[in-house]
Amino acid sequence: MHHLSNITLKNISKVEGKANLRVKIKGKKVKKVEFQISEYKRFYTWAIKGKNINALPQLVSRICGTCSIAHLLCAIEAIETALSINSSEQTKLLRQLLMYGLIIRDHALHLYFFALPDYLEKDSILEFDEGSAREHQLLHDAFTVKKAGNLLSTWIGGRAVHAMFPKVGGFVKLPDIAQKSKIINQLKSAREKIFRAINIFAEDKFNFERKTNYAALTSFDFNFLEGKLISSHGWEIPESEYENHLEHVIIPYSMSSGYKLDKEPYRVGALARLNLNKKSIHSKTQKDCQRYLAKFPSSDIYLNNLAQAIEIIHSIDHSLEILDSLEIKEEQPIIVNPKKSTGIGVIEAPRGLLFYKLEIDDSGHIRDGQIVVPTSQNQINIELDIKKLVEDNIERSQIELEHMIEMLIRAYDPCLSCASHFLKVRWEKSQI
Amino acid sequence: MALNSKKLKIGWFSFSCCEDSTIMFTEMLNDYWDEWKDKIEFRHCKVLQRTNVLDDIDVAFIEGAITSQKDEDEVKKIRQAAKKVVTIGSCATTGLPSGQRNNFDPDTQKCIQHLIDKFSQSAQVKSIPEVILVDERVPGCPMDEEKFLEVLNKYFKEFKILD
Repeated sequence: MHHLSNITLKNISKVEGKANLRVKIKGKKVKKVEFQISEYKRFYTWAIKGKNINALPQLVSRICGTCSIAHLLCAIEAIETALSINSSEQTKLLRQLLMYGLIIRDHALHLYFFALPDYLEKDSILEFDEGSAREHQLLHDAFTVKKAGNLLSTWIGGRAVHAMFPKVGGFVKLPDIAQKSKIINQLKSAREKIFRAINIFAEDKFNFERKTNYAALTSFDFNFLEGKLISSHGWEIPESEYENHLEHVIIPYSMSSGYKLDKEPYRVGALARLNLNKKSIHSKTQKDCQRYLAKFPSSDIYLNNLAQAIEIIHSIDHSLEILDSLEIKEEQPIIVNPKKSTGIGVIEAPRGLLFYKLEIDDSGHIRDGQIVVPTSQNQINIELDIKKLVEDNIERSQIELEHMIEMLIRAYDPCLSCASHFLKVRWEKSQI
Repeated sequence: MALNSKKLKIGWFSFSCCEDSTIMFTEMLNDYWDEWKDKIEFRHCKVLQRTNVLDDIDVAFIEGAITSQKDEDEVKKIRQAAKKVVTIGSCATTGLPSGQRNNFDPDTQKCIQHLIDKFSQSAQVKSIPEVILVDERVPGCPMDEEKFLEVLNKYFKEFKILD
């Protein structure tokens, strides 16, 4: 009979950050799974204390390189909510476009650079064969799609990573309208190309199903920035009530905390968003992605990849609609008048719900703050999925299992820089 | 300039940081892939490939600050495996912002000490040049793209990838 022995797998690749995994097996049962996020703490929730509200968004942007725009916009939302600032319609549209640029670039990096090599049985996108028409095309599609998101974010925010122009109350610099047609052309070019990859993610090459709960911010136009929170538990709540449903779970072996929702593990991210709100996807995306959208709702974590690909198309379609009529008028950011207050910001970051609660003092400095990132909310669910995956495939070889675990974790698209870097598996096997 | 068949063997490493410069590097591939594909061999680049080796590296690009003895030992191994070492981004070059805890007031230091102890983090966060000898520095948060290209092109010439 085949027996698993102790295994150490170091540094799982093609994810954002580092983590270790320990799996303890007794007989054919997994007794313990410890998903240890091992990115060293940088103490941002302590560092924000005493910071001026105008400096805070740029500081928290540095929590995460890949989703910096999400941290920036969520912090701004929390501060503006606290101070009852109603941003202008133009500011709202520009923030929306900035967020879509992030979704396009961030999802494309995950799908083409991290996930796609598994589907093509390659070690890396660097191994794609330029002599093969298909692989050459996919490689260059990756660059075109990523670049479209990058250009959109750079146009609005000044940079795609740590955007410089957004601030509390508006923008310090507005985009040059003369560049609009260039952005539109790049987005249209990317839209054509994404359909080659979406067919691959829709093939059901990999499957892993386990019933769980889902939560997402939902809006009529699937905008990622505002709306009501919906969970598969059946409730619908405003952003301000989300923390009442969250249970903080200390995970002693991990640099990150875990969270439960209404005392149960849950999943956030693109799969949750499509499961709970696919009806709100842009009408043009609905029309062209009908057969892909028919796969949702689903409990198959690998469909998170398909969901991300659909979200890229949606983000392009909605951006093109906004850009079609967008005019830029000169306006100054709203003047901020500090007061003692507390504000909550909840947005859909690329990997799922991002929560900020900020307490501000009379002089406009942060007294205290709480930040809940998507990967922390998925952490317990990832462990439960790995337990089932290993038990379902206990007769497979260690090498096969390790690869399967890596792919499953990659499907979650974890951001370990946010959550507190990847993967070292320690297997502990007892025959009794 | 003529291109040799020889490639520049690089490693890309991340320590404690937000990995913004890694993202910038993956974005630079959008525009520079065709130029670099015949000039660069990725010996170690965890964000792009599953199989990585820590030996025979011409240039190691290191992002992030050093926040534990374990990382200090690892970065010393990278120095031994690489002919040239380049710091990438602000955290690697100056230690900040990842090393912001070095500047916390004593009360805040006291509050976080149990976590520093629990996860065996060093008393002080260090920049890469505080731990090993570096040959070039690319500052910026995220890294300065122009400076990165200047350093990379310098090494293409120095390692005779371009005649």
